[in-house]
Amino acid sequence: MFVLATLAILAALTLAVARAIRGPTVFDRVLAGNVVGTLAILLLSAVGFMTGRPEWLDIGLTYGLLNLIGTLAVLKYFRHGDLAYDVEEDSGS
Amino acid sequence: MMDLLSDAVSWVLIASGSAFIVVGALGLIRLPDVYTRMHAASVIDTLGALLLLAGFGIQAGLSLITLKLVFIFVLLFFTGPVVTHALAQAALHEGIEPVLSEDRREKPEQAPQDPKQEGAIEP
Repeated sequence: MFVLATLAILAALTLAVARAIRGPTVFDRVLAGNVVGTLAILLLSAVGFMTGRPEWLDIGLTYGLLNLIGTLAVLKYFRHGDLAYDVEEDSGS
Repeated sequence: MMDLLSDAVSWVLIASGSAFIVVGALGLIRLPDVYTRMHAASVIDTLGALLLLAGFGIQAGLSLITLKLVFIFVLLFFTGPVVTHALAQAALHEGIEPVLSEDRREKPEQAPQDPKQEGAIEP
């Protein structure tokens, strides 16, 4: 039954990568990247259970934390054009 | 008997979680604009991940593995809405309009058409 979950996650990953390639705006690509990160965590746990080595869940946890930071950093870059912007420059928005 | 029961329950959970994940990914492809695609992606983040991880947890039994699965679910459950909110805010800030079947917003630039008439109403 872990094989079924792995196949479903792989199919969903294919669709998410297709959206990341096609996506008309940059936000579609960021959204698809976030979905790929979530599916990678689930794929790590599914393959870990399938091969009988559930210790891979630790890698999944680390990847989840990095995925959040990465997505927010990319969004901040595209919103402000800079990762180290000053709040007082941007008080108009 | 107990093994058979827990196997059946986790089989149902994993199968329905896989179905929700595939449905969310199909929505990511099929839906028309970025806001509706966020809605489809949140299905993967919450319901798909919850059902899959619950099925894995029943398979693992009560141990440290289950605790790690709970940690992964809590992480996904709280970071998904944060990322979706930031994404929607950034997209609105960039000026991307949602696709609407009818526009119910009031247009403030069309309401006061004639300033002279408005001045006549004011005493």
